[in-house]
Amino acid sequence: MKSLILGTAALALSAGMGLAETVRLGTEGAYAPWNFVNDAGEIDGFERELGDELCKRAELTCEWVKNDWDSIIPNLVSGNYDTIIAGMSITDERDEVIDFTQPYTPPDPSAYVAQSADIDLESGVIAAQATTIQAAFVAEQGWTLVEFATPEETVAAVRNGEADAVLADKSFLDTVVGDDLVMLEKTEALGGGVGMGFRESDAELRGKFDAAIQSMKDDGSLNELIAKWEVSSQW
Amino acid sequence: MFSYCTDPSTLEGLSWLSCYLTTGKHLNLYISVVVVLVLLAITAPVALLFGFGAASAARSKFLPLRWFGKGYTSIVRGVPDIAFFLFFVIALDQAFEWMRHKVKCPDWDQPIRQGIDFVVCDAAKLPLSASPQWVHETYGFFLAVLTFSIVFGAFAANVLYGAMRAVPRAQIETAEAYGMTTRQAFWRILVPQMWVYALPGLSNLWMVLIKATPLLFLLGVEDIVYWARELGGTKTERFTEYPHPNWHVWYFAALLVFYLCFTKVSEVVLARIMKRLTKGQATAGGEAQRKAAA
Repeated sequence: MKSLILGTAALALSAGMGLAETVRLGTEGAYAPWNFVNDAGEIDGFERELGDELCKRAELTCEWVKNDWDSIIPNLVSGNYDTIIAGMSITDERDEVIDFTQPYTPPDPSAYVAQSADIDLESGVIAAQATTIQAAFVAEQGWTLVEFATPEETVAAVRNGEADAVLADKSFLDTVVGDDLVMLEKTEALGGGVGMGFRESDAELRGKFDAAIQSMKDDGSLNELIAKWEVSSQW
Repeated sequence: MFSYCTDPSTLEGLSWLSCYLTTGKHLNLYISVVVVLVLLAITAPVALLFGFGAASAARSKFLPLRWFGKGYTSIVRGVPDIAFFLFFVIALDQAFEWMRHKVKCPDWDQPIRQGIDFVVCDAAKLPLSASPQWVHETYGFFLAVLTFSIVFGAFAANVLYGAMRAVPRAQIETAEAYGMTTRQAFWRILVPQMWVYALPGLSNLWMVLIKATPLLFLLGVEDIVYWARELGGTKTERFTEYPHPNWHVWYFAALLVFYLCFTKVSEVVLARIMKRLTKGQATAGGEAQRKAAA
């Protein structure tokens, strides 16, 4: 097996030569419209287009990697990929562990979705995805929180009555409201916008992407992308 | 995939289904079935080999070897699988990279551990970040095989150790009386006879191994359970040409059928092997076979 690994490594080395620097982008692939897996089985969505454009501007070769949300930060710091681009809000807790670029979408309100609009949040059970700003917020309020590993499960919990409401990014919940679910009028302002995450030791790469995001902000192409995918308000 | 699939919204019934089930995403599901089967096909013999080695080591007259065999089985059996999978694989991966770093980048002056970051030079990355995604996936797959083999090897070692002790002492004594050395008696008498005692335990392990494959996703290998969850989730019109409500129940039902068929086939095959191994043995099963033939 050892020789096999060495063999593939040698093969990879010869194949990778002559290319520009390769950067591996880690994302979740389960959070439409930010990032999701399309019919062809490829990563698609706002962040796919944004990431590809940023890589072009920074003159880097980029490769997309799918990773579970739960372990997305541990796998970044242990070096399995080089950056997180997964609708991750910039918060103080995360900033202690990894570093963020400037935000590429402005801070946007989180919203509640429930089966009926007259629900009492304080006495009810609120669903949120584990290790998100929304889960932290519900816990802080002292409300009853149930956490799920994927966004899909948080919505399913409201549908089958396990939870009374789900708290998540408004742009994601916009894609799920329909005949059986309604969005509450109450919103919460959480997080400091969405940015790309890097290892703290990787300031050089972070600088390149920071500059690329700035150039997309300056020429208005970032706003066009935001409008196209309806992920948030514009700059 | 088919020519009539260009506009799925106009299709209905079976033709819609045939298009839906052949999207690129579904092909990923079918590939993951093959990946799981290949993983089992490689892991089972490797784990058996690990188990055989550890069981033999635990019987050795050489004390450190005996410690190694017994230590391996008790430690790995005592650690919860999920902790082992989360901790051990990252440690193993970092150990490989650390060794490569020492060899390939001797001039590197920065520390490898910077806070919680694990930083090695680019040439020491395993696989290299420049290598295509399939190399990363293959590497992850082999890490998975190795981890599964170490975990299940420990259980197999315990089963085989017991089986070796279950072979009647009289058989070994007879071998010694014929003038065989310890080594000869081990290979010619003990090993051929122990399998009949080991098989019930080993077949249990095989069944557990089949059902343990969803742990693969912890290692970054996308297995069938991951794809069933992903494909079964609600799909809205905006993001797919095949919108549907939450279909988890259908996908998980398909998984249920898959696993049941797989374990049933395993049971049939294992029953045949048991019959073959029992032949001519000094066990109750062997005796029954002999009487039925007579």
